Amino acid sequence: MTLSVQLRHQFSSFDLDVSFEVPAGITGLFGRSGAGKTSVIRAVAGLLRPTAGHIVLGGRVLFGDGVNVPPYLRRIGYVFQEPRLFPHLSVRQNLTYGGRVDFDQVVEMLGIGALLSRRPAHLSGGEAQRVALGRALMSGAEMLLLDEPLAALDAPRKAEILPYLETLRDHAKIPMIYVSHAVDEVARLARNIVVLDAGRVIRSGPARDVMSDVSATAIFGKREAGAILLGEIAAHETDGLTRVNTSAGPIFVPHQGHIGAQIVIRIHAQDVMLSGKQPTEISALNILPVIVIDIQPEGDANVMVQLQAGADRLLARITTRSCAALGLMQGSPCFAILKSVAVAQTDIGPQ
Amino acid sequence: MTDWLTPEEWQAVALSLRVSLWATAVSLPLGIWVAYLLARGDFWGRQALNGLVHLPLILPPVVTGYVLLLTFGRKGVVGQYLDMIGVVLAFKWTGAVLAAAVMAFPLMVRAIRLSIEAVDVRLEEASSTLGASPGRVFITVTLPLIVPGIIAGAILAFAKAMGEFGATITFVANIAGQTQTLPSAIYTLLQVPGGDGQAMRLVWVSIAVALSALVLSEVLARYLAQRIKGK
Repeated sequence: MTLSVQLRHQFSSFDLDVSFEVPAGITGLFGRSGAGKTSVIRAVAGLLRPTAGHIVLGGRVLFGDGVNVPPYLRRIGYVFQEPRLFPHLSVRQNLTYGGRVDFDQVVEMLGIGALLSRRPAHLSGGEAQRVALGRALMSGAEMLLLDEPLAALDAPRKAEILPYLETLRDHAKIPMIYVSHAVDEVARLARNIVVLDAGRVIRSGPARDVMSDVSATAIFGKREAGAILLGEIAAHETDGLTRVNTSAGPIFVPHQGHIGAQIVIRIHAQDVMLSGKQPTEISALNILPVIVIDIQPEGDANVMVQLQAGADRLLARITTRSCAALGLMQGSPCFAILKSVAVAQTDIGPQ
Repeated sequence: MTDWLTPEEWQAVALSLRVSLWATAVSLPLGIWVAYLLARGDFWGRQALNGLVHLPLILPPVVTGYVLLLTFGRKGVVGQYLDMIGVVLAFKWTGAVLAAAVMAFPLMVRAIRLSIEAVDVRLEEASSTLGASPGRVFITVTLPLIVPGIIAGAILAFAKAMGEFGATITFVANIAGQTQTLPSAIYTLLQVPGGDGQAMRLVWVSIAVALSALVLSEVLARYLAQRIKGK
């Protein structure tokens, strides 16, 4: 099932004009605060009536051509930033409010079996958000909208819920839109990314393409810009490191996962150094042979270098001077040195 | 207790209770509906409806009573048609119910409206995304959350109906055993030389009923608020 969105809406401060497709799996809708992300998914849910456009889910027209299906007939689940649980109902009654599809499986997957008889007032923020997620899943929705479901939680609570979202992504066969302004969440969860800026779609496509776009700094910011590599855990070595095979070569990360697991490794552009020759006698463990694809000046004495690393792409943010000294240009072969800190544990998730 | 009050006085107390209960019960569904319209409605004439509902609160009660008489009297605009189908309100206890209901309506609507305005609209949104039709949203989310407000409004309306005097005496007069409510009986007794003692007893009854209603409302509202919050 696919969702196709094409809509225009006028606000007092800006105009929204977007068009994109959402296939099965998680699509990250990324953008700064005020870019129009929430308005887009409210329109998809039917909570906001756009000025014009078409919203079609699996061939079923939800909006457009004179049709405006009310929210309760759209069969689209919505997990809000706040849990929005019904205070007068128990957790069990909240969960089954919209249906009881896969009740036992969902309860088990989210680990909320012990909470069923409680009232929402007695749940922690993380527990409440898990119940809200379960409630949306049990309604038997044909699509799920997640509107910054982690934004109101502190870091430990986020860490508590992210694995559930990953499990959900790997098991649910419906399209999901995950709205966020946190790059690490989107990089970790989304297979596809739509980037929104001032009411317009400025990038969209598979996560690995969008994350490794040469203009990533403009989209994600200096600190967050960085490509993702797909890999498979190959071995746990005796010195505590785990070897991950990628299309560009082996990468060593701190011990984790089980052998054979598919993982995503995010490598921040500012954590990649380039060398013209294969470096030896260096403390960095992860060195990949790469080829320069593109170089984009960033206007602050730095350039963003896009690199081909096997079947994947990497980004390296280096000074203009270093770039000139190395004589880099399109097609130059060189070596990318990944500082080991670049492979942050939180950025590794099963694919 | 029957020794303590004369049969006529007892009759007045019983009539007042009956009139107030009916007035509250009959106007409650309408009160909830109007409160919902005023709190959430977005329609032409909302302010006019608001004014109309509040009119009995600001008009002299005798004026309201007279308007009721002109409207629902046997020759009134509406009354003449009601008369044809055998419904007579003027000078009947049912008329006292109408007068009490009209006078208490603004208080009831205000209390319920406040509680509806306090309901988190985001919960209703969540409900609709879970497949609940507007009717189901109202019954399963909005209504349970405003029950304390409904109870408060109902008890306030009941207390107001118990004390209603001006509109009642104008519309249905003061006929012992038929339309003589508690306040009318007190008023009558005060017109009779030496009636103070009897009047005093009814005053105590009035105070007792009013205070009981107030305490009941407080206790119920607190209990329900706790239940809703699930604490």
